[in-house]
Amino acid sequence: MSRPGEERTTAAVRPYVITRGRAGSSRDALPLETLVMASGSALPPHLQPEYRRIAGFCQGLLSVAEVAAHLGQPPAVVQVLLADLIGWGHIVARPPIRVVKRKRADLDLLRKVLDGLESKL
Amino acid sequence: MAGTDGTIRTDHHTAHPGHTAHPGHADRTTRTDHTNETGETDETGDTDDMDDMDDTPVMYVESSVAGAAKILVVGPMGVGKTTLIGTVSEIKPLSTEATMSQAGARLDTKVRPSKTTTTVALDFGRITLGGELVLYLFGTPGQQRFLPAWKDLARGALGALALVDTRDLEASFDAIGHLEDLDVPFSVAVNAFPDSTPHNEDDLRSALDLLPHTPLVICDAREHKSSVQALISLVSHLIETLTEAS
Repeated sequence: MSRPGEERTTAAVRPYVITRGRAGSSRDALPLETLVMASGSALPPHLQPEYRRIAGFCQGLLSVAEVAAHLGQPPAVVQVLLADLIGWGHIVARPPIRVVKRKRADLDLLRKVLDGLESKL
Repeated sequence: MAGTDGTIRTDHHTAHPGHTAHPGHADRTTRTDHTNETGETDETGDTDDMDDMDDTPVMYVESSVAGAAKILVVGPMGVGKTTLIGTVSEIKPLSTEATMSQAGARLDTKVRPSKTTTTVALDFGRITLGGELVLYLFGTPGQQRFLPAWKDLARGALGALALVDTRDLEASFDAIGHLEDLDVPFSVAVNAFPDSTPHNEDDLRSALDLLPHTPLVICDAREHKSSVQALISLVSHLIETLTEAS
C-alpha cells in the first residue's frame, strides 16, 4: 500500500519495534484525552525520529488522540512515546478532568460543561 | 462552526465502494460508520490504514484550557455517531483506533481464534467550553466483540450518549448493555432518520428496556442545535443523578 517517498509504518510490526515491545502492554496508558504540548527543551541529537516527529508536532496543546490521528500512528504507540517524552521533560501534559467519585468536584465540572453546551445553542 | 461536511479521511478510506447509505441521510453517516467497524487489521488487509498522515489542518487547543473531559457517543454501525460528532465538533472529526488489551484479545478469541490483537476505529471531535475546558466526543461502535476496547475509553468519561435508530432497535441493545455493564451513566438519543416511523416514547422505552430515570430524546444528528440539545439532556441527567445521590 505504500507509495514511494512516504514515511510509513506497518501497524502490525513496527509499533512494537518503535516502542521496544511496550505498545499496548501498559495498564496505565496515557488517556487519549490528555492534553500535551512541547516544553520547548532541546531534544538530544540521538533521539529516534518517531520521538522527534511527535515533539515537533506538539507546538500547541493537543490531545493524545489528535496527535495519533494527525500523525497516522496507532494511539498505543503514541501513548508510549509521549509518556517517554513527558518523563524526559520534552512534553508537558495536562491530565484529563475525570469523573471518578461522583462527588462535589464532579458537580462543578458537569455544571461547567452544561453552561458551555448551552452557550453553543 | 467547522466540521459539518464530513470526516476527513486519508484517500483509501473513502475508496471502499458498495456500501449502501441510509436512504435520504447524508452519505457521510454510512461512509464513516462503515469504516468505524473495519477494525480488524488482519481481516481487511489494510494493515497500514491507520498510518497515513492525516491531512486535516491542525487546530491547536486554546492555551487557556486547563484540561479535557470526554463523553462517549455509542451505538451500532450507521446510526449516525460520526454525523452527530461532526455536527457539534469545532474540528473536523478525526479517526484513530483503540487497541484492545491483552485480556480483551483473549476474550475475543471466542469469535476469532486466530487473533491476538484487535483494534476498533474511533472517530472523535472536540468542543471548547468557556475557554478553560475542552470536551472530547469519542464515537465507538457497539458490537459485543468491541466491548474490551470500551473499558479504557469509558474510564473517567462523564457519561455516554447512546444513539438509536428506530428502524433497527435491536442493533442498539449491545451498546446499551455495555454501558450498563460498565456502569457508565447515559442517556438515549433517537436519531430521527427521514424514513423512520414515529414511535411512542413509552413503546421505545419498553423495547429498549430503559430504567425510568434514563432520559430519551429525539434528535437529528445532522442538526447542530438538535445534537447539542441531546448532549445537554445527557449532562443535565448526570447533574440530576449526582444531586439526588448527595
